[in-house]
Amino acid sequence: MGQPDGTLSVTTVFDVTLRGTARVGTEYLFPPIEFTLRAGRWTCLLGPSGGGKTMLLRLLAGVETSAVLNGAIDCTDHQPLHGRLAFMTQSDLLFPWASVLDNVCLGASLRREAVDKTRARALLARVGLEGYDARKPHQLSGGQRQRVSLARTLMENRPVVLLDEPFCALDARTRTEMQTLTAELLDGRTVLLVTHDPAEAARLGQDVAILTHAGLQKIATPTAPTPRAPDAPDSLAFQGALYRLLMRDAEAGEQQ
Amino acid sequence: MTALPRALLIILILLLLWDFLIRLTGLPPFILPSPWQVAQALFNNASLIGQHALTTLGEVILGLLVGSFLGMTTALYLTHAPSARAVLRPILVFSQAIPVFALAPLFTLWLGYGITSKIAIAVLIIYFPVTSAFLDGLLNTPQGYLDQAQVMGANRWTILLRVRLPAALPSLGSGLRLAAVYAPIGAVIGEWVGASRGLGYLMLLANGRVKIDLMFASLIVLALLSLCLHTLVDRFARHKLDSPQ
Repeated sequence: MGQPDGTLSVTTVFDVTLRGTARVGTEYLFPPIEFTLRAGRWTCLLGPSGGGKTMLLRLLAGVETSAVLNGAIDCTDHQPLHGRLAFMTQSDLLFPWASVLDNVCLGASLRREAVDKTRARALLARVGLEGYDARKPHQLSGGQRQRVSLARTLMENRPVVLLDEPFCALDARTRTEMQTLTAELLDGRTVLLVTHDPAEAARLGQDVAILTHAGLQKIATPTAPTPRAPDAPDSLAFQGALYRLLMRDAEAGEQQ
Repeated sequence: MTALPRALLIILILLLLWDFLIRLTGLPPFILPSPWQVAQALFNNASLIGQHALTTLGEVILGLLVGSFLGMTTALYLTHAPSARAVLRPILVFSQAIPVFALAPLFTLWLGYGITSKIAIAVLIIYFPVTSAFLDGLLNTPQGYLDQAQVMGANRWTILLRVRLPAALPSLGSGLRLAAVYAPIGAVIGEWVGASRGLGYLMLLANGRVKIDLMFASLIVLALLSLCLHTLVDRFARHKLDSPQ
């Protein structure tokens, strides 16, 4: 049900599975994989640049990409995924010509639905931007823009949320704050976080996988609940393990 | 506003140089009048020049409005019509390869000596820059905006009007700035070819009667007119169209 702060608590109950491989032209990005986003959990997808992780996210989102999916995307409740997801990226977050409030209300206004401005204002307050309604994006800092983007994602209120390296342009402190806030507010939804940062995956991943040209490798995660403290020994050890796996893949790639 | 005093200073220096040149070479006024003679001609013929300037201004403004409207409509249409784009783009470029000077007599023949043929030439000359600049903007929307709108479930018309269009306004601004400079050229070319009113007509008339001072006076008014128009369009574009950065 609705909270006074405008967040709607959602518990997603269906898994999303992508089976198959992706092809750009005649070149396959990775061998056939089975990649499951488990219901209500954060899945972090790590991998080197060009490994196909962003392509995978874009295929799931159903937006334009040079890759073609040879396979299928299924939800365990047999409903299509289309129309049930929200999308948050690193760049081109907000429309520069629209105010903060209009950006938060973007989805409903683009679909020509009634716009709940009260809820949008409550969400802005929840992400710490009360009274910023009329500002334009260029008047905000990078971290504040991410907060608006997060409020917009919550406004959409979708069971599945795809995050494409949303925090990588932020400074260390803002990034940590944003990670914590996002983890808290998207709790209960099925989230895919594509990142190249092992520290981020170690903090936020309830399931973690590495995607390379060799395929998809699932990694066992620490038992501590997320968001994990960035300096907890478990998180740091896990981060180190992820880092070694990434480096090993990089070396293997160079030797080929 | 340090720009204005600096501009005035430059104009003053140029006027003094002009005057100095005439004193140095002893050129007769029917070849090159002095700035003071031009100023006198401007003052004595103020109402005559004013009437003709008004005609030219009307032609230019109507040409700008019609040309911008046609250009914007074409660009919006072509954004969602790739096959029409493939056909029309080369034609648009080709139309620019024909000098408008060569077409002006035809327009006068077809549309008569009145204001219509001048507006048509102004429209023709600005249609390409407006269409081209706006279309480029409409086709180069940042992918992230399009992705977001698509995931949110916007249809392609909403995406055109609510995402591509606002993202392309700065490009439209560049097109309109060019148009503001080109439109007076179009109108004056039309007046040269055949007219009974307008600054272009007055300049030809004065030239023919060896009233070179009047000819210069008209030229200066034309230049000021173009300058004002450009400034107005530039201001409009900066406040209403350019991205706030």
